[in-house]
Order: sequence, then C-alpha cells, then structure tokens
Amino acid sequence: MKIVVCIKQVPDTKGGVKFNPDGTLDRAAMMTIMNPDDKAGLEAALRLKDEYGAEVTVLTMGLPKAEDVLREALAMGADKGVLVTDRVLGGADTWATSQTLAGALRNMDYDLIITGRQAIDGDTAQVGPQISEHLNIPVISYAQNLKVEGDSVIVERQFDDRYHVLKAKMPCLVTALAELNEPRYMTPGGIFDAFDAEITVWGRADLKDVEDSNLGLKGSPTQIAKASDKVRKGAGEKVNLDPAESVDYIVGKLKEKHVI
Amino acid sequence: MDFTLDKKHEMARSLFREFAEKEVKPLAQEVDETEEFPRATVEKMAKAGFMGIPIPKEYGGQGCDILTYAMCVEELSKVCGTTGVIVSAHTSLCCDPILTFGTEEQKQKYLPDLASGRRIGAFGLTEPGAGTDAQGQQTKAVLDGDEWVINGSKIFITNGKEAEVYVIFAVTGMIEKKPGKFVKEITAFIVEKGTPGFTFGTKEKKMGIRGSSTYELIFTDCRVPRENMLGKQGQGFKIAMHTLDGGRIGIAAQALGIGEGALERTIAYTKERKQFGRAIAAQQNTQFQLADMATKAQAAQFLVYKAACTKDQYTQDHKTSYGVEAAMAKLYAAEMAMEVTTKAVQLHGGYGYTREYDVERMMRDAKITEIYEGTSEVQRMVISAALLK
Repeated sequence: MKIVVCIKQVPDTKGGVKFNPDGTLDRAAMMTIMNPDDKAGLEAALRLKDEYGAEVTVLTMGLPKAEDVLREALAMGADKGVLVTDRVLGGADTWATSQTLAGALRNMDYDLIITGRQAIDGDTAQVGPQISEHLNIPVISYAQNLKVEGDSVIVERQFDDRYHVLKAKMPCLVTALAELNEPRYMTPGGIFDAFDAEITVWGRADLKDVEDSNLGLKGSPTQIAKASDKVRKGAGEKVNLDPAESVDYIVGKLKEKHVI
Repeated sequence: MDFTLDKKHEMARSLFREFAEKEVKPLAQEVDETEEFPRATVEKMAKAGFMGIPIPKEYGGQGCDILTYAMCVEELSKVCGTTGVIVSAHTSLCCDPILTFGTEEQKQKYLPDLASGRRIGAFGLTEPGAGTDAQGQQTKAVLDGDEWVINGSKIFITNGKEAEVYVIFAVTGMIEKKPGKFVKEITAFIVEKGTPGFTFGTKEKKMGIRGSSTYELIFTDCRVPRENMLGKQGQGFKIAMHTLDGGRIGIAAQALGIGEGALERTIAYTKERKQFGRAIAAQQNTQFQLADMATKAQAAQFLVYKAACTKDQYTQDHKTSYGVEAAMAKLYAAEMAMEVTTKAVQLHGGYGYTREYDVERMMRDAKITEIYEGTSEVQRMVISAALLK
C-alpha cells in the first residue's frame, strides 16, 4: 500500500504571529511546527505502515525551510519526503494550494491520501476535500478512526454528537482530526537518518496538468482584506473567595458594569 | 570553531525538550515524594529510543553520537534529575562497557535488549570500603570449572533493583607489581538479575534523586557462566576507569540540566514575585545573581559538549583521550549545579525552601553530582595528574 500524507508547516502560536504588509503571514519570521491535524494523519499512516507494511510519503508545499517539517516526518518514520517550492506558488489560498498539491500528486503513486482536517493558521478545512475533487477520488473528512479492509478504508467520521461509519474504495482521500490518535515521538536515530535522507524538491515545472492561472497569489480567488494578531487582553483580576461569596462578587461586578 | 549546533542536533534537542516537558515534568514532584522508580516514563523513553542513543544500530541502538546522548540527559534533568540519572547510568555504565569491552557474542546477547530499553542496566563497583579507592574491593570471584563464583556486596547502585543486566567488578587474584608489593587483580563480569545467589539488600533513603532505585547488591556463592567475564581477566580496573570517564559526561550533563532547570524557574519566579512594589527581577542584586548563574551554566554547557564531542572523536579514533575533558566537565558542571540551585532557592526566598517549588528538589538533586561517579576531589586528581605528568 502506498500512502501520501499532506503536511503543512504552520506557525507555532506560542511564538507570536507576524504579517507581511499585504496581510499574508510572514512565515519566514515565525517559529513553526507540524500542523496538529496533519501530524495525526501522519501517525495514522505510520500505524497502517506498522500493521500492513505501507510506504509512507510526506508531501508539503511551502518555503524552502518547509523541508524541516518533512525531516521531522521522516524522523517519525515516514519513508520519503517531497517539497513543492517555487516563488510563483507563493501567497496561495486554498484553491491554489489544492491545485498545486493535486499537480504534485498526479506524479505520485498512491492508494490513500491523508490530509489534516484543517491547518491552525487558516482553519478553512478546504484543501483536503478540494484535492480529492481535482483528482476525482472519494473523500471522507473528519476521521476520528481509520482502518483498512482489503482495498477499502473504513472511517469513523465525526459528526456533532455522534459519528458516521463510512467505507470507501481506494484510492481515496481522508482528512484526519487531531483526536484521531496520539502521534508518536521522533526517535533520535530517526532524526539522524532524516538528515541523511534526500528530500525530493519540485517546482512549478514539475506539477502535472495545472494551469498557471490556478497557482500562487494570482491564482487565488480569496482576497485578504485585513489580518491581525489577537488583541491582547489585560491579565484580569484574581480573587480567592468561597463559592457563595464568589457569586456575589461576580454579580456585583456585572451590576457595576451595567451588564445586568 | 563553531559554537552552534547543527540542525540535526537542534531537532534532537527539541525532541528531548518536548518529551521532558510532556512526559517527565508532570511526574517529577511525585517521583521525589514517593521515591518510586518512574517505570512508566522509562517505558515511554524506551519506545522513543532514549535508552540506546549512542549504541550502534547493528546492536539495536539509535546510532547517534555522545553529544546527542548528553543533550538527552541534560533536557531530562532540567525537569527531573532522577530521570536523567536513570538514562545516564543505564547508557554510560552498562551499555558502554559491554559495547567497548564485550565479545561479539556478549554484544549480540545483551545490547539489543538494553538499547531498546527492554532491559535496564546497572554498574556495581562501589563497596562499603571501596569508593574513590577502587583497590579497596572485597568482592571476590573464583573460577570453579566453567563458572565464576562471586561473593561480596556492592552499595549505592543506581537502577539497583530495576535493572536486569549488571556490570560487576570483583577481585580475582593478586598481582605482584613490584617485588613484594601486591595489588588486587580486578575483573569485570556481566551478571543477570535472577542468577541464584544474587539478591538485593536495603534500598537507600537519599537526599535527592529519590526515585532512582539505589540498592545494595549481595552476591552469595553467585555462579555466573565463564563466558560472562567482560574483557580479559585482570582488566577490570581499566574497564571501570574507562567506563567512569564516559559516565562522567552523563553526570556532567545531568548536573548541567539541573542547573539550567533551576535557572529557568528562577528567571520566571523573579519576574513574578513582587517586593517593595516591584518584581524582584528589577532589583540589581537579582539581576547580578541571574547573570552569574547564566554565565556559569553556559560555561558548563561548553565543557560538557566539548567532553561529549571529544568522546565522539574517540569513537572514530581510539588514540583520542577524553578523560580530562570529562573530569573538567563533571567537576565544573556539578559545582555549577550546586551553586546555581542554592542561589535559586535563595532567590525564591521562603517559598524556595518548600516542596511546592521545584528548586527545593533541584538543590537536593544537585548535591549528588559532586559525589557519584567520582567526587569533585577525584576529578581534580584526574585533571592535575594530566597537568603534572
């Protein structure tokens, strides 16, 4: 079985968020991590590999430094890494990103594609399903559990207060939730091997069956009007009172501020 | 000369830090209070490959270098000195001598289980009358047919009861060094838990690193197969000294981590703690203390990394010696840890003296680093002997 996991290097929100003048994220200036939903997707793929002996390839699109997230995936146990990077691909929204990744995936063999549900920087949850549309394969989103049976996947899809059990024939695409599993740690030896491994780097010219008009900032229908960091709130006030006194205190404050 | 870590080592550090923060830190206080060996944490470390970092892949290890191993012990010790020494004693004192002096059969038999953490290792040299003076050994081994019969006891053994594989030293005869002057012939053995005649004495009640399972090992007509002799007969003293040279890098890394951990907590605390209407970090005394602590921790880190890198050079070329570097690193890092943790408690004031704050435990944990695997005085002997030879 061949599995491709799409992963994204996202800003580590602990390190603060920085913007370019055009409102897009200044990714080069931020601390980064592997997107949590993607990491769960990678772990799901690695568990399938442990069980059935799959080959796991990780694919990402980003700045050259996104190579780091691929090496992290290799250090966890992925077999190959592919980085799609090109200036003309910069500033892509979900449409242009999914077009780019689909263009890369058309060059690859896969039975199963796993993406995270959504990235913590954009929170759109669109890229995974869009890729499946471009590749004309089935998609099951919001996977909280994933199994393989013969040539099909059986997925528990999270849904409000319940879940649906869906079965899809491979090749197909699954989007993973962070709750899917507890991702494994890298191993020290895995890290050493990951830095000896060769990462495949593709540019615009390597993407298959994609129009220029669907790529990069120019190919992105989404226009960002304004972006800003979270407004910092004050530290607030801490009081230590017993429950009854606390209620009185809070109600008093709400009255004082004419909330009630 | 480049003082920056490469990306590979940076990533390894981030792994160790993340693991320490998530898996070790939440349990550190409990491990200290209950004096319970953190078995579940060790299992997690085994799964993550931390129990065989510098062991070659052909023996089931991670195939990394000593620097990576030292960084692992450092990061673990930043949050829990007990966890740091468990990895250090296992790796430096049990895996390393088997890797360095073992026969191919011994390496194949023991290293895969040790490096994967399926079995934990320990090292038994110290006896009631033989600490710094390793020649004071009383434990004896006598060859009887195809078996060595060991009698005696070892004390203060880290990972004592939790280990399953032990590198043990015993007197196997007397050698006439000069006419009429005899010295003990010491030989090393690999002894497995469960060998008849091998039992445990009392568990030590310690000031610090209280979860590390420190036991007395007792050998009463304990028969080990002849093929369990490690190295050659009479090579024991050399094996012990070589092993301790490497072990000192692990303990230096533990001391470094304890000092750095105390510094991190003190920086955070002094920014929060207010006296006379402002944070105590705004007082010049606090600032100067922190500056001294950070400078010494940085100096210790350079010495520890230098010693680790020198041992890595030794792995490539056995002509390189790392004993003096290891002694300097351990001497300085241990004294730094004691000084920094003491200052950390002082800067925490009354709170720092309570068990609610980590620095109280760290100060207790720091003290042992000046004592075990060669006291600070022994390190000074090693360093000065090299200067004056």
